[in-house]
Order: sequence, then structure tokens, then C-alpha cells
Amino acid sequence: MRMRGTLAWWIILWLGVVCWTSALQAQAPEFKESIYKVGKLKPRDSVLKVKVGERAPDFTLPAVGGGKVLLGDYLGKKNVVISFVPAAWTPVCSDQWPGYNIVKDLFDQNDAVLLGITVDNIPTLYAWTTQMCGGEGKLWFPVLSDFWPHGAVADKYGVLRSDGVSERAIFVIDKKGGIRYIDVHDINDRPRLEDIVGALGKLNK
Amino acid sequence: MNELYQAIEKNPDLKDKVKVIGIGAGNSVYEVEVFKKKYDVPFPLLPDQDLSVHKTLGEVRTPYFIGVKINPDGTHKVIYSKLGGFSQVGFKDAGAFLAAMVKLAGLS
Repeated sequence: MRMRGTLAWWIILWLGVVCWTSALQAQAPEFKESIYKVGKLKPRDSVLKVKVGERAPDFTLPAVGGGKVLLGDYLGKKNVVISFVPAAWTPVCSDQWPGYNIVKDLFDQNDAVLLGITVDNIPTLYAWTTQMCGGEGKLWFPVLSDFWPHGAVADKYGVLRSDGVSERAIFVIDKKGGIRYIDVHDINDRPRLEDIVGALGKLNK
Repeated sequence: MNELYQAIEKNPDLKDKVKVIGIGAGNSVYEVEVFKKKYDVPFPLLPDQDLSVHKTLGEVRTPYFIGVKINPDGTHKVIYSKLGGFSQVGFKDAGAFLAAMVKLAGLS
């Protein structure tokens, strides 16, 4: 038997999971070249206009893939998680939604739907979300465009920043239309999945 | 990645010599656990929530692979460092990638 000490060991370090889907589904690296580096931004640049316990302001927005989504349509049927992200083709968001895309079951278990919203127009969102999935399939949740009137829904909730993009914010709305959780996150950082799942877990109590 | 792990484990010449570690850059413990369960990842996945490992390694984009050879005297050497999944960098499959790594490490 050869002595272990005489052998060369080696380790393969695999960096993945940042963009969760890329880890196993091999997102094209070229796509990553398309991500615009925004640098460090002011963590928060808006004032909330809603509070936990209040009724969520209703809205209708066009969705990528056609049709419109009316928040009120989920009343009495589903809990709703709204994920505002600042803009397409920016670093943090380009990892955030692919992360949600592989955990549909966590939303299902809590009888919740996810609505992704940015201030980008539909063609931009189409290109961005298609690339997100490596050109295969699409996100399981509706992606809505708050492009025109520009950022109107983000503004209604008080998460429209002074430069016209939205905050990176999560709102959890229960089946009665009440806001149960708000996280206006540091725009430079990704909200943690466990916080969202934790907020959903409290809804039925 | 799971295929790569299986290929190593099935090969008695490599089984105890090659280890695979995954790093979840920017991911919390919870997120890494969800991922591990979802995809039945059999090798260790380490969360790197504050991106400290990621920064040390040069803030690479993912998926990124680094091969490190550990010498008998404890020193180590990077033998492979590249962006992209197996097929994206020209390997037919996990087995072909493993063969190339074995060659680079001088194990064959």
C-alpha cells in the first residue's frame, strides 16, 4: 500500500450557486458578460408610502409573454410576494430571480405566487429573463413591466428611487390583500431567501 | 457536478485522492441547504454569504472551476482555473473534464 503522504491530493473548487441556475444548468457565461457593473449605490433612496397592516395598493401591469396582471385577481385565492428589483441587466438582480426560479415549491407550499416587477419595458425584460434561463424555458412566475407611466407602481408603494429605478424590495401580501411583510433591502445586496420563506410561514398563523 | 462526483467515487484510483467542494458565493446557509436538497448534491457545499472567499479568489463569475493540487509537503498549486461549465469550455462531459484534471495533476 502506498503511503497517503506521498500522494498528491487535489481538490476541485466549484464556485456556483451565486447564480443558482447556472450551477447545474450551465447558464452561458457570455450572458454574464452582458451584465452592467453599477458599482456601489446608496443603499436606499426613497420613502415608503405603505405600512405593514395596511391594504396593498392595487395595480395592473403588463407581463412578459403577454397579458396583464391585476393584483386584485389574487384576492381570496393566493398570497402574493412582490419582488421589485431595480433594473434588468444589473448584477444583483441577475442572480436574485434565477434563485427564486428553482424554489417554486417553497412558494407553492405557502399557497403563494411571486410577481417580479422592474421599471424596464417589456422587450428588455423579455431579453433579460430569456437569457436568465440559459435560453431554455422561462421563469415560472410573472415578470411585470412598470415602465409606463414610469415606475408608477413602485411610486405607489414608495420604492421608486430618485434616478428612476426601484428599490430592491419585497412585499408579502396575504389573501385578504393586507401587507404582512416589507423588506426594502439595501440595493447592493440580495434579500435572503429564508426571510421571505419565514414571512410566508407566518401568514397562516 | 454530481456526475463528476460519481465518476471520482466510482474510480478506486481516484476515490480517496480527489475531493470536490462547492462554494455558494453570496448564499446563506439556508440557501445552500435548499440547493443541496433540491439537486441531491452529494459533496460539501459551503456558503460564502459575505463573499469573502469569492473576493479572495478574484470575484469570478459563475460557474467557475478551480483545480488545486496539494503536494505531499502541504504546499499547493492551482492547476486549473476557468470560467464555464464542462461543455462550455469544450469538454464532452464530466468524465472528460475529470480525465483532463487527472492529467494536469500528474496523477495518471
